[in-house]
Amino acid sequence: MFVINCPYCGEREQSEFKAGGEAHIVRPKQPTELSDDEWAEYLFMRKNIKGIQFERWNHIHGCRKWFNMIRDTSNDEIKAVYKMGDEPPKI
Amino acid sequence: MSKNLRINSSKYIDQTNRISFIFNGKKYYGYKGDTLASSLLANDLHLVGRSFKYHRPRGIMTAGSEEPNAIVQLHKNTSRTEPNVRATEIEIYDGLEASSQNCWPSVNFDIGGINNLLSPILPAGFYYKTFMWPASFWKNYEYFIRKSAGLGKSPTKADPDIYEHKYIHCDVLVIGSGISGIMAAKTAAKNKLKTLLIEEKPNLGGSTIYQNSEYFKINNQTSSSWLEKEINEVKKIENLEIKTRTSVAASYGYNFLLARENLTDHLPIEHRKNKARHRLLKIRAKKVIFATGSIERPLIFDNNDRPGILLSSAIKRYADFFGVACGEKNILFTNNDTVYETAISLIQKGINIEAIIDNREEPDSKLLYEVEKNNIKIFKGYTIIDTSGYKRINKISIMQLSKDGQNVVGSKISLSCDCLGISGGWTPAVHLFTQSGGKLKFREEDEVFIPNIAPSNQLSVGACNGDLSLDEILINTQNSLKKFFNIKNTDYDNLEKLSSTNKSKRNIWLLPSDKVLGKTKSFVDYQNDATAKDIKLALREGFRSIEHVKRYTTTGMGTDQGKLGNMHALGIISETTGTKMGELGTTTFRPPYTPLTFGTIVGRNVGEYFDIFRKTPIHDWHVEHKAEFENVGQWKRAWYYPKKNENMYQAIQRESKAARDSAGILDASTLGKIDIQGTDASEFLNRVYTNAWSKLAVGKCRYGLMLNEDGMVYDDGVTTRLEENRYIMTTTTGGAANVIGKLEDYLQTEWPELDVYLTSVTDHFATVSVCGPNSKKIVSEVIPNLDLSDESFPHMSFKNAKIGKINCRVMRISFTGELSYEINVQANYGKSVWEKCMEAGKDFNITPYGTETMHLLRAEKGFIIVGQDTDATMTPIDLQMDWIVSKKKYDFIGKRSLYRSDTIRDDRKQLVGLLTENPNEVLEEGAQIVADINKSPIEMLGHVTSSYYSPNLKKSIALGVVRGGKNMMGQKLIIPMEKKNINVTVADPVFLDKENKRLNA
Repeated sequence: MFVINCPYCGEREQSEFKAGGEAHIVRPKQPTELSDDEWAEYLFMRKNIKGIQFERWNHIHGCRKWFNMIRDTSNDEIKAVYKMGDEPPKI
Repeated sequence: MSKNLRINSSKYIDQTNRISFIFNGKKYYGYKGDTLASSLLANDLHLVGRSFKYHRPRGIMTAGSEEPNAIVQLHKNTSRTEPNVRATEIEIYDGLEASSQNCWPSVNFDIGGINNLLSPILPAGFYYKTFMWPASFWKNYEYFIRKSAGLGKSPTKADPDIYEHKYIHCDVLVIGSGISGIMAAKTAAKNKLKTLLIEEKPNLGGSTIYQNSEYFKINNQTSSSWLEKEINEVKKIENLEIKTRTSVAASYGYNFLLARENLTDHLPIEHRKNKARHRLLKIRAKKVIFATGSIERPLIFDNNDRPGILLSSAIKRYADFFGVACGEKNILFTNNDTVYETAISLIQKGINIEAIIDNREEPDSKLLYEVEKNNIKIFKGYTIIDTSGYKRINKISIMQLSKDGQNVVGSKISLSCDCLGISGGWTPAVHLFTQSGGKLKFREEDEVFIPNIAPSNQLSVGACNGDLSLDEILINTQNSLKKFFNIKNTDYDNLEKLSSTNKSKRNIWLLPSDKVLGKTKSFVDYQNDATAKDIKLALREGFRSIEHVKRYTTTGMGTDQGKLGNMHALGIISETTGTKMGELGTTTFRPPYTPLTFGTIVGRNVGEYFDIFRKTPIHDWHVEHKAEFENVGQWKRAWYYPKKNENMYQAIQRESKAARDSAGILDASTLGKIDIQGTDASEFLNRVYTNAWSKLAVGKCRYGLMLNEDGMVYDDGVTTRLEENRYIMTTTTGGAANVIGKLEDYLQTEWPELDVYLTSVTDHFATVSVCGPNSKKIVSEVIPNLDLSDESFPHMSFKNAKIGKINCRVMRISFTGELSYEINVQANYGKSVWEKCMEAGKDFNITPYGTETMHLLRAEKGFIIVGQDTDATMTPIDLQMDWIVSKKKYDFIGKRSLYRSDTIRDDRKQLVGLLTENPNEVLEEGAQIVADINKSPIEMLGHVTSSYYSPNLKKSIALGVVRGGKNMMGQKLIIPMEKKNINVTVADPVFLDKENKRLNA
């Protein structure tokens, strides 16, 4: 059970949060211009890294804000949290 | 008559407080401070249970939570009964009732004991191998296997006890209160850290607290009296909390730990009233120190499981702590120095030792010489090859070990005894350390796994860190504490110490015998009756991974999780396969460390709090009017309202007919409601729904369909434009939370530039839906000031109105296909508005209907229910709802996916209507749909999603999804059922009022 430092609320138990998959996958601005393969790349393809992974989390039972997290999946160490739209910090 | 083996008064046992208890129907006495095990041993009773598979007589083996054999059922046939309780942990109290498990008719004469004689034909994997064929016979086998298996009986009545959960936050958590735990706790607390010390036993001090020996000294005092002073100091420290009778069950990442605090199990039952029995502590600690000690290893030889065989450390604890002798003719058997500590304790107390068998050829230690001084015969370089005594050990046979330890040589010597203490060295208790991610390494010299890489902010000290002698513990604990807390000194920097243990050990995982292995029963896992032979068999049969061998032989899979024998299983595998222990690794240590009761896990979430449900503001009315309820998500929704003698079918037929013939009323309060505001609200709806929203006028309603990005239907509902920049969206009952979650996700992460705000108002409004040809008359009576004329208030429009002083929103929208009004009021007025409608509708036979009638009515109109007629594989095109997908909009969620190669296939499953050849035949929902039953295998085309008998159409109607169904209109298909095949025709899914005349009536 992690303790997550919500960028808006501070440290809270993991049970207040919901994981939202890989971060920094931007919805294409013009989906109609994309081929089936390009659209499928956006729609289905996700990384599953053992090690440093960029993730989206939602403080669902708190401020309901989405934010980003950098987590080492091999030992669950959270390297950083940062707001949506912010550049990922150097780690 | 049983003997009294209480040998002296111990300060931990209150001999002025005699306690009576019942074991297997017979009354016994013990004293306050005794465990069930210590008091049974004081009564010279060793036989307490039968083993799981062979039903062999078994006795008490240990003095702690690692006990594999002495597990009992408490208070059988009462609501407080509990199986698999370790006799070594239960503190006795007046009225305690315990009985043996896994035996019938009694522990002394157990019919299942025949399994022991049959054991040559009951090897590892016996059940897997034997009961495979013929497959259809499993049903018969299972009945008998289940009857003869099982450990104890679970309670059948509700648990009368209460349980609690509690969160604890601390700077430092110390687990274990032996010498290193006390050092750690005191050092932490003295450095002003908020410290919690947890001990699983009722008293502090671990095994040092009774180490009252001249051979183990600290600052010239015996280690026990030194520690006692330390404990007295520790108890006075203010920022240090101590919890005894508390066992840490699990250790997770980020220093989150679960512990069970036992509050009343040691009290007589009449004293437990209104007290919580267990408290589950959810501990979040900044730093965790494991001081969990070590567990003594048994030795693996033929018939090493008889009652009267105990770990040598247990014999010492029973003598020193409880003042009980485990036998009058004791023999000790060892491969290390531990038994000499036991021997010295026994000698001090005048307990007879017949002999000591030491498998080392030239053991050399102060302790041994002291024992030899007392004229006790020590057989050096010998091993036990067999024991005898069915219900209590009475004899052992020993032989000399060969130089390499692989064989026995010379002649057999027999020695009689009534108790045998064994010691195979020590296994550090690293369970909790590894649970939270700690990595182990194997220390070759004494063959133990010890902590290697610890997660941050965790430390192991003392025996659980592999420090197995007093001087090592004192020096290493003090040094690691300094590093861990980053401090210069501790109270323990300059201790004078005397430790007399010699660390030499002759480790032989499986001791040799004069018999071939196949003829021996050398138990590795006592509780599950797994022997060394079984492990070797598994290896011969090709199992290699330690995890596989474990599951095949069931080694380590009992309630004790193999705390004693797992290391020997690893050792035997390592030797047999020639793999190094360090490379073999261990099986995974999983929580809980000791079993937890369900009550502890569930805590206060029992009864009505077990699964909370949501009630609408009109709920009480439904209850008063005898509604049957169904669960929709967390909601309780009125399902149907049976009148006297009516069954469900009859009630629904009546309700459905009334709604179309005159008037029906439905509580629709559970529908999700989202208030959407902002200057970009229209644009937002354009992006999340498939149809266009920009041109919707204020005061108008529109049905919308929401997709996932993959093009599949996600949710639907009517959204109303309340003001220029304000909408109220309705969602399905079950989808409400997910929809607002998804909308928030897009708003915050993809379209942060949109000026839109979302608020869930599901609970703020009650919704009363009145439908049917007479609904207009009823609503006009309830809200007289409201102009309901079709010109002013047409279908799919909305008006604000007042019922007396109550504000309400009225929408003319319909899910039934009838003329229909939805009145939304502030939730607390819901019931009164409902009652007003009932009153106004009296003359029109207004009929309350539930979800089942609602489903039937909408099916007549061919309206879908998301989640019933759709799963996550249906596009709007598959649902024949092309009309709702905007061709003009550049983009909306899921649009691009609607023309992927997969979604434009003609042979996708598509929603169609189904009419049965016999109009009275009602299909089963979920039934398969096929075209050709002669083909093999039969090709499945789809399945029935909704099916009813329509009282309004006087025939059976159904919806279903069929591969390529769109182009099969009028085609005959077959629904194959168990007893017959039902012929159906593919039809238009709209069965009633295709022209929508009723909506505008």
